[in-house]
Formats: sequence, C-alpha cells, structure tokens
Amino acid sequence: MTSFLLRRILQMFITLIGISIISWLIITTAPGGPISLTMDPKISPKIIEQMMKNYDLDKPVYQQYFLWIKKLFTGRLYSFKDGRPVLEKIWERIGNTLLLNLVAMTIIFSLAIPLGVFSARKQYSMMDRLTTFGVFLGLSIPGFWLAYLIILGTVELFGYPVLGMRSFVTEGFGAGEIVMDRIWHLLLPAMIMAIHGLAGLSRYTRSSMLEVIRQDYIRTAKAKGVPEETVYYKHGLRNALLPIVTLFGFLIPGLIGGSIIMESVFAWPGIGRLAYQAVLARDYPVVMTINTITAVLVLLGNFIADLLYGVADPRIRYQ
Amino acid sequence: MKIKTLLFIPPILFLIILGVNLLFVSQRPPQKVNQLIMSSIGDASFLNPILAQDSASSDINSFVFNGLIKYDRDLQDFVGELAESWKIKAGEKPEITFFLRKGVLWHDGKEFTAHDVKFTYDKIMDEKTNTVRRSDYELVEKAEVLDPYTFRVTYRQPFSPGLGTWGMGIIPKHLLEKEDINTTPFNRRPVGTGPFRFVEWVTDEKIVVEANPTYFHGKPHLDRIIYRIIPEVSLSEMELLTKGVDSYGVSPHQFRRMSEIDFLKIYSQPALGYTYIGYNLKNPLFQDRRVRQAFTHAVNREEIVQYVLYGFGKVISGPFPSHLWYYNPNVKPFPYDPQKARALMAEAGWKDGDGDGILDKDGKPFRFKLITNSGNDVRRDVGVLVQRQLRELGVDVTFEVYEWSVFLKNFINAKHFDACILGWGLSPDPDDYQIWHSSQIEKGFNFVSYKNPEVDRLLEEGRKEYDVEKRKQIYWRIHERMAEDQPYTFLFSPIGMSALQNKFVLVEDGPSGQKIYQPIKIEKAGLMYDLTRWYVPTKTVMEK
Repeated sequence: MTSFLLRRILQMFITLIGISIISWLIITTAPGGPISLTMDPKISPKIIEQMMKNYDLDKPVYQQYFLWIKKLFTGRLYSFKDGRPVLEKIWERIGNTLLLNLVAMTIIFSLAIPLGVFSARKQYSMMDRLTTFGVFLGLSIPGFWLAYLIILGTVELFGYPVLGMRSFVTEGFGAGEIVMDRIWHLLLPAMIMAIHGLAGLSRYTRSSMLEVIRQDYIRTAKAKGVPEETVYYKHGLRNALLPIVTLFGFLIPGLIGGSIIMESVFAWPGIGRLAYQAVLARDYPVVMTINTITAVLVLLGNFIADLLYGVADPRIRYQ
Repeated sequence: MKIKTLLFIPPILFLIILGVNLLFVSQRPPQKVNQLIMSSIGDASFLNPILAQDSASSDINSFVFNGLIKYDRDLQDFVGELAESWKIKAGEKPEITFFLRKGVLWHDGKEFTAHDVKFTYDKIMDEKTNTVRRSDYELVEKAEVLDPYTFRVTYRQPFSPGLGTWGMGIIPKHLLEKEDINTTPFNRRPVGTGPFRFVEWVTDEKIVVEANPTYFHGKPHLDRIIYRIIPEVSLSEMELLTKGVDSYGVSPHQFRRMSEIDFLKIYSQPALGYTYIGYNLKNPLFQDRRVRQAFTHAVNREEIVQYVLYGFGKVISGPFPSHLWYYNPNVKPFPYDPQKARALMAEAGWKDGDGDGILDKDGKPFRFKLITNSGNDVRRDVGVLVQRQLRELGVDVTFEVYEWSVFLKNFINAKHFDACILGWGLSPDPDDYQIWHSSQIEKGFNFVSYKNPEVDRLLEEGRKEYDVEKRKQIYWRIHERMAEDQPYTFLFSPIGMSALQNKFVLVEDGPSGQKIYQPIKIEKAGLMYDLTRWYVPTKTVMEK
C-alpha cells in the first residue's frame, strides 16, 4: 500500500511538471502579448518597451518560466492586468464557483439517482420511455442556447432580474427576501448546468441498476421469499450505487473548474470567467496558475477515485 | 423509513424550493431608488488614473478623481477643476501656471495641495511605473510647486496639446508615498477628490461609489452609482428590461426595438473617431492622387452607412469627427459618382484595354488586396461592400481578415499591405501629428507613408499654437489639403447611442428653495457631463 502511494505521488509530480512546461510553451507562443498592441497614437513605442522590461517580458521564455515558479512560491506573483497577487484573485472566486457547482451537483445527485432507479424498476414502461426521451433531449441541447431561452422566458414572465449573484435594487427587502433573491439567482444557472450531468448520471444509474438485478444473488433473494420491494431497493440499489461512489473522485476538478460559458452568460463572478479573461488578455501569471491548479485537481481527483475503488469494492487490492 | 420513500424526498424538496422561489419573484414590488446602475462588459483593472487603460477603470476614476482642468461641454475649451484658474506664458519655453482651488479635501479628510500634483507627475515619469501616460509629458522640462496652491510646468518647446494632459486625475501623495504604485492596495480602494467616493469593489460583479458630501462643487444629487459587470452585451439588455441596469449602450440594430420601450429614452451623438480605408502610398498603384480620389468617388459611403450601421453614422470628408470645432464644414464629402471615378481612373491611365472588365495600364490589371482585423463585424461588412463597389469600377479586390496581433505585426507595422480598413479613436484635441507627419512614417502611426510638406508644416504649427481660433484655421487648412490628397478614403464617424431610464432628471435648486427639474441632454462631452446634477424624483415628472 505505502509503496503504491509513493509511486503514485511521484508519478503525479512528474506529470505536473510536464503539464506546466507544455502549457507555458503553448501560452507564450500564442500570438499576441500581455502589453496590449494598441493603435493609440498617444502612446509611444518607447513606453511599450519599458513596460515589457518591467514585466520581465524581454527575457527568454525559459527564464520567464523559472521566474514564474519562483514568484509563485515566494508569493510575489502579480497579475499583469491589475497588479494584484494572483493567488488572491483566484481565492476570492473559488467560493463563488464552488457554491454554484455544489448546488448544481446536489441537483444532479438528488434527481438523477431516483430517476435512474425508477426507470430501471419499470423498464420499458411509459415513464421509462419519457425519461429516456427527456434525457437525450437534455444531452443534446447546447447549454448556452437553453440558458438564453430560459433568461428570455423568465424575463418575459416575471420581469425579475436574472443575471449576477443578486439583485441590485433591493431597497425594502427583508432578510427572507434577500435569501430568496440569492436562491433565485443561484437556481437558474445551477439548474441549467445540472442538465447535462443529470442526463448522464441518471442513465448511468439505470444501467447499473439493470445489471445488478440480473445477478444471481438477487434471484436467490427472490427465491428465499424476500418481498420484491426489499430485494430491489435494499439488495439491488446498494450494490448498484457502488460504482457511482467512485464518480465523486472525478467530480473534484469539476467543482473548482468552473464553466466559462455559464459564468459568462449569467454574469457569475467565478473561476471560469477569470481564466477566460486572463487568456484573452494574455495575463500569463493568472493563466498559468489556474492551469496548474486545475491540473493538480485532476491528478488528485484520479488518485482519490483510485482509492475509492478500493474502499467501495474490497476485491481490489493495491500493491 | 423505507429506502423507496427516501428516494422521493430530494426531488420533492427541490420542487418545493423552486415553487416558493418562483412565487417570490413573481410578486416583487416596484421600486424607485435614487441611484444609477450602469453596466460594462469588462471589470475595471486599476482604480488609479495613472495606471488605468481600460474603459471600465476610466469610468470609475472619472467619478472618484479630478484633474486640474477638464474639457468644457463642447470639447473645445477647458474649465477648471482642481485648478481654479491657470495662466499660459507663451514663448520658446512656455510655462503653464495652475492656481489651485483652496480647501479641497481628499475623501479621507486631508487637504489637497500642489504637492499632490507634483507627486502624480513624478509617479507618471518614474520608469518603474507601468503607465502609458508618460508619452503625454515627454516635452515637459520641469514641474515645480511654487506654494501649496500654485503649480507650474515648463515645456521644452511650445506644445499646445500639453494643456489637455493636465486633465489627468490627481492621486494623493500622503497615501501613496511609501507604496509600490503598481501593486498597492490603493488601486482597489481609491481615495480621490471627486464627486463620488469609493465604497466597495466585488471583483467581476460590481463597483459601488456614493455621493461625496464634501465635494467642492457641492454634494451630487444621486445617492450612489453601482457599476455592474455583465460580460454578455445581449444579456445586459435583459437586465435593462427588468430595471436591473439603468443605462445601456445601444447598437444600431437594437435601436428600433429599444425606442419602443416606454421607460427608456435614447440619446445619440457621433463618436470621437472614424473608420477609413488606408492606402499604402509606398505601393505604386496608389501613388497617383487621382486613383485615390477615384476610389473615394466609387465607394458609396451613404450606402455603407445605411446597410452596415442602419443609418447611424455620418459620412466625413477629412480626418476629424464631424461634430467638433476643428472639422471644416466647408469641405464636402466627395459624392458617390461612378462616372467621375471612371474618368479619373482614365486620366491616370487606367483603362479596360482587353475588355475583361478589369482596368489595366501597360498590360497590367488593377488588382490589390484589402485587409482588416477579425473581431470587428462593421469593418468586415464594410470590406465586403467596398470590394463589390470597386469591382464595379473595374478594380479586382481580394478581401482578407486577420487576427489582430498578426494583422498589426505582419502587415500594418511591416507596411506589407496594399490597403486596409481601420479606424481611429481620437482624443478631443485635434493634434494628429503621430498619424500624419512624415517623421512618423518610420516608427510612428503614419503607416500609409503619407508625406505632404505643407501638411507637415501645418501640423507643426498646430501643436505650437495655444490660441483656439488660430488653431482652428490651421486644422481647417489641414482638412482641406487631406481631402484633396485622400491618403485614406475617410468613411464615416459612427453614431454612438445610449439608452437611459427616463426616471432621471437634471435638478437645480430654485430661488425659493424648490427643486427645478429639467430633462437630461447629451453634450458633445458625453451624456454624463452633468452627472452630479442627476436625480431621481420620487414621482415621475418627465415624460418620454
């Protein structure tokens, strides 16, 4: 077990360095640069040169890479765009993205598992067919398009602000109303973000459930005379949910990762938007740091998923 | 409890929360608050006028900070802000002496003095400061504090556009003296002297400023301004409809829809800039003036404005925005005249000798490549129309679009192009030295390589002359010459439009203490010129 852990950690570390070098190369060789190529006749080329120097952009690419690492670990890494510490910029958004993703995730799990279980129970019934149809519809509708439609619809119906994390004209609101307002602004984007996951996970539950109830031990339980309901929901469901537990590991990067499209559409100040804007502005320190954090989370998520397999299924052993 | 029942609980809970919430949003009471909510697609970067480059930061900085002077409402002359008055001593080395307003307080209560002005200047000139403003002050020889309320700058040579640069926001010395200007927390919670003081900035969500009770022109009438960040332009229109924002920049295609909304009023004004076709004058094809004139005659600019901008643009005849004092109204835009264009081409030796529909000279057909940058739909559409219109004249144009940085580096700066579609955004000062003077061909912005000794001389005179009336004569003359030379085909100034909720009025205290309301007007200096007098009365007093 210990040797397995050590090996995995070493592997992750090497992968991480590889990822950071490759992304550094890709980012810095992309056309354009952080010092805006403006066509402003009031700015002389001399000033631009001086600014490149202030940002260390006149140094060779490999030196810039080491400078980035050094600054990251000494806490002196500042964004080109607004001169703020990069980690502070990322930190202040993690909460927002986490909130949105947690709500979306809760919606996914609380709706998908019942949906999958019930449609497996009544396979090929009217309800199963309907959910199948709904699920494929959900999978194939582009999220941003649906978001636009829903925003248009709710504005038409309720005339209530939709964008952002809260309403801005809240004079005369009590505490309850403020909470309701926050929930409203959270529910819409979370629901739309949940649709894809909902569709996927409910299918997954359904097929896992169908597989389990064809197992021998289910037949045995039935033959023993255990009531049908108990066999299904107790013996069947528990085993069917095992593979789903391992999915949690893969969800970790998704929780922090943020969605560029939904965050932009709903004006949600999260990580996805920060990353996107940083890419557009060629804000190398921010892009690189977010990249690295995401890479760490993906690697960690895979690692945890591996471990969870072992917890959920005692047949798996690590050597 | 049975597992089956447990499975039902989360979906039902979800539906209950959703239902209660929908009930709540459908019963919101209407509100009218004495505040302005604006929106921007991008967040601010530096709430520090010497570092800011983006429009969001500049907007907020204009609420929080003051310059020594500012443009008047017609963008022609200056009025005092932190400087009560100023004196210009002309000569070989002109001096501008600013006499500062006394008793002006920073938002933290300290008094503003000439030392703050000197500090601001020194910070801009410091090479370690990441500012692009330094170019504005390159001709300053020295800046000195004569006493706490008098500040003097001496220029190395006469430079009239220099006066306008003192509209730069002044930053407080006592708060920034010991800070690293590029990374100081001040840049996120600024302290200025302006009409509004900073309250909070929630990254990528909102920036809030409130009325400054100690403002030297009196406390603004609005309680606060909320500046929201909404990255999708089309969706901020939705917020306008639900009154989650009060003002909105209207695109031409939205005009009709917006003008039908009863609680909005739409204001329009030509923009400070223009779009043009620039010809590379190093290319022998374009060296003959008659060819360029013919092109301008052959391009139907009215049609372009009609189709590309839905009519919201103004055809211009020279290098200036048409609504400002230095635009020469006597120079009329070339009319659309294909006959004349063909005649001019023939005069220049271009005839369709082989009957293939393409003009040629010495056996060579007139063929060139027109380029522009991607991401600008207006320029792309203009290009397509121009391509067709020049084809009618008998010129074979290929039209290509490149990514901005590639476009600038490989084509424009390398002067490796035939003709390009671009636009200039200008400042209110007419000095276009960097764009047109022949000394700017090598490293400046005169990438079309325009060279006219008379224009060179006039440009030099223009930036030496401090008298507005004399400057006007100079720039009118430049306008005439350039209209003849047509180094660009000057296309149009777009007309900018803003929608504003009609609950806002201009307020004034009447003689017996009552409030007098007037509708808000758009000035040449912009819709928000009188922002400190904006107000939302509790009852509706203005009709649409």
